[in-house]
Amino acid sequence: MAENILELHNLTKFFPARAGGVFTRAKGEVRAVDGVNLTVARGETVGLVGESGCGKTTVGRTVMKLYEPTSGQILFDGQDITKLSRKEMKPIRSKMQMIFQDPFSSLNPRHTVGSIISSSYTIHGIEPEGGVEDSVRELLSLVGLNPEHINRFPHEFSGGQRQRIGIARALALKPMLIVADEPVSALDVSIQAQVVNLLDDLQKEFGLSYLFVAHDLSIVQHISDRVVVMYLGKVMEMGPTKVLFESPHHPYTKALLSAVPVADPKIGRSRERIILQGDLPSPVNPPSGCVFNTRCWKAQEICRTTVPKTVQITPQQTVACHFPE
Amino acid sequence: MSKFLEVTNLNVTFPTEDGDVHASNEVSYSVGLGETLAIVGESGSGKSVSNLAVMGLHNPVRTKISGTATLNLADGPVELISASPETVRRLRGKAMSMIFQDPMSALHPFFSIGDQIAEAWHLYNNGSKDDGIKKATEMLDLVGIPDPDRRVHDYPHQFSGGMRQRAMIAMALVNNPSLLIADEPTTALDVTVQSQILQLLKDLQREFNMAIILITHDLGVVAEVADRICVMYGGRIVEDGTVEDIFYRPEHPYTLGLLNSVPRIIRGSSHRLRTIPGQPPSLINLPAGCAFEPRCGYAKKVSSGACTAHVPDLSDKGIGHLSRCHLDVVDLSNLVKDKA
Repeated sequence: MAENILELHNLTKFFPARAGGVFTRAKGEVRAVDGVNLTVARGETVGLVGESGCGKTTVGRTVMKLYEPTSGQILFDGQDITKLSRKEMKPIRSKMQMIFQDPFSSLNPRHTVGSIISSSYTIHGIEPEGGVEDSVRELLSLVGLNPEHINRFPHEFSGGQRQRIGIARALALKPMLIVADEPVSALDVSIQAQVVNLLDDLQKEFGLSYLFVAHDLSIVQHISDRVVVMYLGKVMEMGPTKVLFESPHHPYTKALLSAVPVADPKIGRSRERIILQGDLPSPVNPPSGCVFNTRCWKAQEICRTTVPKTVQITPQQTVACHFPE
Repeated sequence: MSKFLEVTNLNVTFPTEDGDVHASNEVSYSVGLGETLAIVGESGSGKSVSNLAVMGLHNPVRTKISGTATLNLADGPVELISASPETVRRLRGKAMSMIFQDPMSALHPFFSIGDQIAEAWHLYNNGSKDDGIKKATEMLDLVGIPDPDRRVHDYPHQFSGGMRQRAMIAMALVNNPSLLIADEPTTALDVTVQSQILQLLKDLQREFNMAIILITHDLGVVAEVADRICVMYGGRIVEDGTVEDIFYRPEHPYTLGLLNSVPRIIRGSSHRLRTIPGQPPSLINLPAGCAFEPRCGYAKKVSSGACTAHVPDLSDKGIGHLSRCHLDVVDLSNLVKDKA
């Protein structure tokens, strides 16, 4: 048994960028994920954060092999799954499942909750112990829904309840790894907390590993053991949650953390904050050198010419910056 | 001294096949010049609906509105709910303005940013087309769009999300409105851009002494920019106080629950989140009593079933701000002890 459930080595995913209509040839490429290294240990939650367009969702989807990686290596439970075909992936997919952001579009409106959840069994040809229906009922009560509602349709549920259905579906095959792509960002605050607690409980009960993709840093800080900060397809900084939030070394991490509004007027108004200028550059034409140099207040000549190496700052913390704090 | 906008007993109802949706019930709030009022609540709490009524943006055929909303303008007060659509239209953009959550759907994709800002300016100003574009360029510069001379001719799709939101703010402010209603202005944006936009709104408020109503569900944003806060639940205001009142002396179980369910970033603890059990109520069948009662852990402290029998008044029980709860003053002032 491998120590890490998931290892990404130098993973890249480029999409062809088209200029103009459908019939024009691809011109250049969108460097959505550009050389990402990360690991998820068994039972660990790794938070993947960054602004929209930083490639965090693409990492999640490439791990699931919903996208074919351009280069690099994906090791799942010690096995190299980078080059596996759809057919070869099928038995592995039952061990890695995904929870999606939008609880409204990720459930088929024409299927009952029972058939949505049990389709996992049908697809993988698995006959669960005690029969399909009982297993589905069990899953429903596990995620805090009424098992009597097995024959209802998705529209009869609220957003938070639908997200629970999505979680039940992901759990049906007893996976080892769950990739959760913004699982709570579409939910109201009071409902968010319920779902976060549910994910916590399920992890304890089943020893699940999570790759938790989110832009909301306070949720990520709450749920993750380690955090990976991405910017424009690259990993800027990585480290244990507590260390990273208390002493960020990368200027981008620092700016990102200081931009998060704090739900406490005294702290929120007194603390120093770094307001980044401008917007995320286009991933079709990323800046040369360090991709963050166009918005960084510490940028010098070397930042514009040379890509910074990822260096180990403390045993568990790495940072890709020429001038770490 | 009366506030710039005073909303009193505003009710907004949408008749539907399934029954009347009571989206806003006896809602009263006010905001003064230079002040920021935040209206906080979850989806379906009635926060947007009330303000759309103030702006006169509901379809009069499909909506029943009662109550009053008075703008105290320099040349006398105007009551907006009973005023003719024409009167309200002449105030929109000039006396009061609104920015929306999703800048992509609020901007017209076929017209350049400059033309859209100039259109708003031409409504209240005489000038040539070039004057309009000149004004639009000035506004884009004011909201911090780099290279405004060139960007004024761009179309919305050429702008990023944050720039579109800035363009929309520029459009809303082109006629120097006294009241700006911002409906979730930063919800669609990344945190780094969000902090830019919030800073911009604060700077512009200082410069033009605007009254701002900020509609949001994000307590972090509220804590940083609001002066006063109204918390809404089930179409009613359940608590109304200063930002310190709400954050440090919450006097409604719902407000407390909301504060407790936000993960704290600074305290760095991995405590379990305290949640509010259950779901928000349906606005079609609002309970006869307090709308929060089915989810409230404190209802059992109130004797004689008052919580299920009738809706509590929004009143000051002697603590200094308004709360809509049946708990007595002692229990209310003890609520803060349960704050995480």
